[in-house]
Amino acid sequence: MAAPFKPSSLQLSWIKRVLFLLALLPLARLIWLGMHDALTANPIEFITRSTGTWALVMLMLTLSITPLRMLTGVAWPVQLRRMLGLFMFFYALLHFSIYLWLDHWFDLMAIGKDIAEHPYVLVGFTSFVLSIPLAATSNSAMIRRLKTRWKTLHLLVYPIAILGVLHFWWLVKKDVSEPLVYVLVLAALLGVRLWYRYRPASQAASRKPLPTRMPKAG
Amino acid sequence: MWISKKPDILASEITPREVFEQRREFIKAAGLGAIGAALASAGLMNSTRAEANSPASGLQKISDFKKTPYGAGETLTPYEDVTSYNNFYEFGTGKSDPKPQSRLFKPRPWTVSIEGEVSKPRTLSIDDIFKIAPLEERIYRMRCVEGWSMVIPWIGLPLASLIKYAEPTGKAKYVEFISLADPKMMPGVRAPILDWPYVEGLRMDEAMNPLTIMAVGLYGEVLPNQNGAPMRLVVPWKYGFKGGKSIVKIRFTDKMPLTTWVRSGPTEYGFYANVNPTVDHPRWTQSTERRIGGGLFSPRIKTQMFNGYADQVASLYTGMDLRKNF
Repeated sequence: MAAPFKPSSLQLSWIKRVLFLLALLPLARLIWLGMHDALTANPIEFITRSTGTWALVMLMLTLSITPLRMLTGVAWPVQLRRMLGLFMFFYALLHFSIYLWLDHWFDLMAIGKDIAEHPYVLVGFTSFVLSIPLAATSNSAMIRRLKTRWKTLHLLVYPIAILGVLHFWWLVKKDVSEPLVYVLVLAALLGVRLWYRYRPASQAASRKPLPTRMPKAG
Repeated sequence: MWISKKPDILASEITPREVFEQRREFIKAAGLGAIGAALASAGLMNSTRAEANSPASGLQKISDFKKTPYGAGETLTPYEDVTSYNNFYEFGTGKSDPKPQSRLFKPRPWTVSIEGEVSKPRTLSIDDIFKIAPLEERIYRMRCVEGWSMVIPWIGLPLASLIKYAEPTGKAKYVEFISLADPKMMPGVRAPILDWPYVEGLRMDEAMNPLTIMAVGLYGEVLPNQNGAPMRLVVPWKYGFKGGKSIVKIRFTDKMPLTTWVRSGPTEYGFYANVNPTVDHPRWTQSTERRIGGGLFSPRIKTQMFNGYADQVASLYTGMDLRKNF
């Protein structure tokens, strides 16, 4: 069997640049639609939904790096994970800012009431708040400084993902087919991890041990 | 006199020239670049859109209707928004689905059957219904249970005249409105999202209230398919879902009808569904609403009790606990 593709450091830097631009496309699309008066009759709802959706997509991509390695042994994409995670935070931040500003005009009373009284808002808000420390500790210096605690802290990505998907599920009026897609994808991504952890010894032995889970600094 | 004719070009396909040109101009003026400018342009665009209130849709004009004082002073929601942002699950659950998904829908010929507690069950054609009473324009606020609202210039007849014409018996306490559920013309009906056909209902006194109308048009023309052609219920003090669309059956009963949304989520949707800022939907607020057409930078507005029609309808609910009868 041919050796699996593994990019050189030059190739990797190009892959990162392309990925960076791709991840900005959803934002570019919104701006383009905005300039062409095409954000539907309810533009605030539209951009809120769109940024929320893309935060979820980025989160699912972030969480797919490890299962990819477990299933195929391909490990290099872990070097893209930080960028994907930060793009998740970027779209979640846009999503939250739209809610705070355009939707509620910083009416903190109304926002506090909304968060306290409506579970879908509460879980979405919690998911966003939990992602702040992860974004804040995503740089290499923090990874070095926090050592093993960094890994523990970043386990928060699992509750963030579950709450994020629940947020979507609870907000739809009736047709849950779209949030169901995220439920299934998340279940699959977490399922692979469980399977890998508790797989029979015979299968475990036939595979190479995983490379270190810590992302490389730099 | 109004003659049915199949339009060879659909409402949805035409952007009025002035609007199109204004948009071009604006895009040029705004220039490309900063995100702020882009967002601002989206906000301003809507004001150019608001000027395009004449539909120029190619739909049949309704020539003979009288204006009424309802809705004086309200800013109309642009035609484009009224006809492109719709909840009509028979044509898909997305709000932009009904317009494209209803292109092949044929609202004529159309018959409506009147049955149940009436002296004589009968079937009326849509043209018969147009002749029951003089058509009137009613500019009403419409508040959706999802928290957005519009102001729509409906054309229709008071439901009360249709009911008198139907001659219900003394046993009739409620009216049930049943919508068409034709999987051939209505792709949404193929999915079991709701129990088809869509059923709505009113108490007899609600149905007889002068505010309640059977709408057959909007913006001076027959109803576009996505808005419930050829006829739909409009009950302006209730959440929008009470307004059954593309109605084929009107049934008078002595029991409260089990309506579609009550069946689908009895803890979230009630039979009465009166607009009420003090009773939240279990999952979201009903105290404020977003007026469609305002653009990106228009704040939410406060929702009014009975959608602002309390003077005309509050007496219908004297002594009722509106928290329980939501």
